[in-house]
Amino acid sequence: MTSYTDKIREISKRLLKEGKVDMVIGFTRGSVPMMHQPMFAKNQGDVDRFVWDGNCGINLANYVTDRKEKIGIVAKGCDARNLAVHIVENKINRDQLYIIGVPCTGMLDRHKLTASVAGEIESIMEDEAGKTVTISGNGFSETYDRAAVLQENCSLCMHRNPVIYDELIADKVPEQSENDVDRFAAVRKVEEMTPDEKWAYFDDLLSDCIRCYACRNACPLCYCPTCFVDESKPQWVGKSIDPTDIRIFHFLRAYHCAGRCTDCGACVRSCPMGINVRAMTKKLEKDCLENFGWEAGLTTEQRPPLDTYKPDDPEQFIK
Amino acid sequence: MKNLLEHMGIDPGRLHFSWISSAESTKFVEVAKKVTEEAVALKSKEKKYMKTKPKVA
Repeated sequence: MTSYTDKIREISKRLLKEGKVDMVIGFTRGSVPMMHQPMFAKNQGDVDRFVWDGNCGINLANYVTDRKEKIGIVAKGCDARNLAVHIVENKINRDQLYIIGVPCTGMLDRHKLTASVAGEIESIMEDEAGKTVTISGNGFSETYDRAAVLQENCSLCMHRNPVIYDELIADKVPEQSENDVDRFAAVRKVEEMTPDEKWAYFDDLLSDCIRCYACRNACPLCYCPTCFVDESKPQWVGKSIDPTDIRIFHFLRAYHCAGRCTDCGACVRSCPMGINVRAMTKKLEKDCLENFGWEAGLTTEQRPPLDTYKPDDPEQFIK
Repeated sequence: MKNLLEHMGIDPGRLHFSWISSAESTKFVEVAKKVTEEAVALKSKEKKYMKTKPKVA
């Protein structure tokens, strides 16, 4: 991964030097392991703090919304798709962006790693070949197969290479296909349940939610100036942690992402309680694919299905 | 929307979508009747939609 880091620094430095961009958005080390944070480099001196490894899981498209500057942005497959969504939704102009594409082999699941050991993880190392991950802390050191500790959305990812970019930092990585992975297996499992079982499943899933809205804040799709949960006139949804209010929040938040969600996993990664928020958005992704043949963020030419009308849209549910 | 609501455990008989013009009063009556009947039939399950915690502020 050091070659990725070096290349990102080199390109960023060049872009800033030539004045092609006003800033470059990338990742830098966070204050604790596995929590890399976004960094805006505005001069050449900053770029040496950029890093790249398996902890760059949050979605940088979140940080370009409505910006006026020329921006260089480091983008893995899902970030690039979310940039495409932003462009379609007029949240940024394509010519404002210089996309530094990063072919991605998946991000590490920080919840899984944290749960796998008893102590606090003090350092995390990946080998150069990208095969193993070693975590260590006070009195322990564990090595895992990298593929086994990826975020679930990454192991099911179909678009590892950026769909739009101005420059790639490395050769493209091989894509997975429907034959390799069954990306909707978890959704199908819930679909087969009875209504009461489904209810109980989501009750259990959401029982830990503390309504911190980290999932919303980490999501590049959630850019409304005032979110529906923060409005008080009218108040659309109760603000308590009553299971009913929690469920309504999660349902509505997910639904706002219908046909736009790229399954980048930023919501799950940011959740302090480790809730699999994707259980809802993944269902919407499946519905969009089945009903409209649509996958979000693959093109900047087409409007998403929920803001277009076609005479052949499915309508069996309207009686 | 219907799909996700039912995916999250809302009983299928509870959710109805219908297109009724302002001129179609008879259709409105028919649909409202049908919706009510189906919801009443599911009455035993309505407890799960109620809030359990006391209301604050």
